[in-house]
Amino acid sequence: MSRAIYITGIGAISAQTEESIFSEKPVIYNSNIFQAISPNFKEYIPAMALRRMSKAIKMGLTAGKIALQDANVELPAAIITGTGEGCKQDTEKFLESMLAQEEELLTPTSFIQSTHNTVGGQIALNLKCTGYNLTYSQENASLESALIDAILLLKEKLSMNSVLVGGVDEISKKITSFGNLNGFLKQGKIDNLGLFSQRSRGTITSEGAFFFNLTTEYNENCYAKIKAVSNFNTDSSSVEISEKIIDFLSRNGLKLKDLDIFFLGKNGDLEQDKIYEELQISIFAESCQLAYKHLAGDFNTVSGFAIWLSCLILKKQEIPAILKLNTVSSTKPKNILIYNFSSNSNHSLILLQKP
Amino acid sequence: MNKGVAVTGMGIISALGNGVEANFKALIDARDGISFPEILITKHTHLPVGEVKISNFNLEKNLLIANDHSYTRAALLGIAAVKEAMKSSGLSEKELLSTGFISGSSVGGMDATEKYYLEYESSKSHHQFIPAQHPGFTTKKISDYHNIKGFTTTISTACSSGANAIMLGARLIKAGELDRVIVGGTDCLTKFTLNGFNSLKILSEEKCKAFDDSRNGLNLGEGAAYLVLEAEHLAKDKKIIGRVLGYGNANDAYHQTASSETGEGAYRAMKDALEVAGIAVEKIDYINAHGTATRNNDLSESNAIKQIYSSKIPDLSSTKAFTGHTLAAAGALEAVFSILSLQKNLIFPNLNFFNPMQESGLLPITELKHKSVNYVLSNSFGFGGNCTSLIFSKNE
Repeated sequence: MSRAIYITGIGAISAQTEESIFSEKPVIYNSNIFQAISPNFKEYIPAMALRRMSKAIKMGLTAGKIALQDANVELPAAIITGTGEGCKQDTEKFLESMLAQEEELLTPTSFIQSTHNTVGGQIALNLKCTGYNLTYSQENASLESALIDAILLLKEKLSMNSVLVGGVDEISKKITSFGNLNGFLKQGKIDNLGLFSQRSRGTITSEGAFFFNLTTEYNENCYAKIKAVSNFNTDSSSVEISEKIIDFLSRNGLKLKDLDIFFLGKNGDLEQDKIYEELQISIFAESCQLAYKHLAGDFNTVSGFAIWLSCLILKKQEIPAILKLNTVSSTKPKNILIYNFSSNSNHSLILLQKP
Repeated sequence: MNKGVAVTGMGIISALGNGVEANFKALIDARDGISFPEILITKHTHLPVGEVKISNFNLEKNLLIANDHSYTRAALLGIAAVKEAMKSSGLSEKELLSTGFISGSSVGGMDATEKYYLEYESSKSHHQFIPAQHPGFTTKKISDYHNIKGFTTTISTACSSGANAIMLGARLIKAGELDRVIVGGTDCLTKFTLNGFNSLKILSEEKCKAFDDSRNGLNLGEGAAYLVLEAEHLAKDKKIIGRVLGYGNANDAYHQTASSETGEGAYRAMKDALEVAGIAVEKIDYINAHGTATRNNDLSESNAIKQIYSSKIPDLSSTKAFTGHTLAAAGALEAVFSILSLQKNLIFPNLNFFNPMQESGLLPITELKHKSVNYVLSNSFGFGGNCTSLIFSKNE
């Protein structure tokens, strides 16, 4: 028998805060690249260690610790991380020194911290957690891959009671700016809140870390039940995607009409958003539709922002207007489906339910 | 009883050659693939490496890839190894549509990034390689080439990535989530990694000497290897070449790059793998060690093995002196070697070993040894304290 899996702790660092969104005062950005709002990292990480850390490590470690504190867990049994582009700041630092110094006189610090599993490793080191530790890097399905592993792990090992799972991606000066060269980012004057009305190619980007404590033990602090997570590949026609979504729901005992909220990964790119828009006017026409990338930017693990928002929506039973794409309301949200894809690949579905 | 997960095919490309046969021949001839960099353009031409002596141009030609593409070297190596694995398992095009793909890679397409990084802003000619830097892109190029359409993901846990990919694939099949999956890893030589390891002062200027008292570092290598894993109902009518019987993953939680002296993470990974396999420690006939030949790894690994085996340690060798340390591909390459060991009842030698380490006195096998091999334990450890052990068995 499969066991129910709950989210009992959440930690998020992004370009918005819980307050900015739920008080309807979103932070406004006028650039196509904007940074996450840093909490006081010193509260979580010793100052000495902090100095050597890139933003990804700081954000990941801090968001992980916030999620564990929130769940009242000291030591998780496993740590599973997703990151699409890894530790870009350290990669860039080592790469640029290597190129500038023509392979001479290099110091290893940034190389050491450039591997994709640095954040997962640093969390383990900080917590002295010798348990299972894995890092996924599957572009925009990295966090989803981590969640799939976490769910599998909790179902395999009945003794396992806490898995810390999260996604993290950071901005780096050069590599992120390459998005200006290959059409990934929008050009010209930009206002993040106007992302969906611009009708142009490209998107906006940012950074963040989103961690969750997963457990099979229900308690009254639970935010959500994770019903299922699925990654799939398709030659994306909205008809084929609709079939996949309906099939996914039915495998989890739900019909389209049972969905209260459809959370879309629209990113403002005219071409890419066509698929979402076709779904908006077809199978999800009757559902309350929400978006999030106009608030937190588009990056590989930003679906963590949607999971985090969903957890808060389910707990507060309140949907901020700033997220809404249509006028269909949901007074008692129970079932939320998060759907995301990028450049016609790595389609992912996350189904959350009020516990 | 635990039957493990069936392996129905495998493929490999390494400094020992292109294909399982070429690799096997080199292993039994005790002929290493260590040379100096010729295809990788670097200043450090005095550092020995395990380089695949086929240029990107020739890899592309063999794979019929047209010009103006975004295949990086790790993708090309991966495509070649997956091709052999698919063929040896006899997978049809239709079967690939529902086959999963789990690949390990540490630096993905860094070879292209380091080549074009400084020209991206001034010239458009190589912009297709901008997203190619990231490991998931490498995986996508391989799965797209072969039109593999099932669940696809990438594991990036540095030098244990390939082993972790095999572990995840086996778990997904056991749980009934997948029926068939291709698992393994790929990494190519890059200036980035060569200079990175060089800055850490853990590259040897000689051929690496795993477990030797005078060992002084590793040789970097490149390559790719993949296994085809299938659920029982699909594998029962096929030739099963081995089984993934056990797996364990743990974190050393000691240091970002160095292993603890006691080898806590390694010990836990081996212990968990034995527990999943459901066999007694004495059953292991051969340990294919991580054995990178750094001062730190070999000491830590020896101590962990000695903690598992209070009395007699099974036959042990590191095959890193044959291939170099191929990072994310290492666990996958060594999975292929482990299966060859089971198939042929052979223990491959630990090359360049002369004197046992003072601390452990561990004596690896130094010449090809014939004996009945039923269970092989393979270790892979990486940065970030990541430790993974796999256990392979015959199909019996």
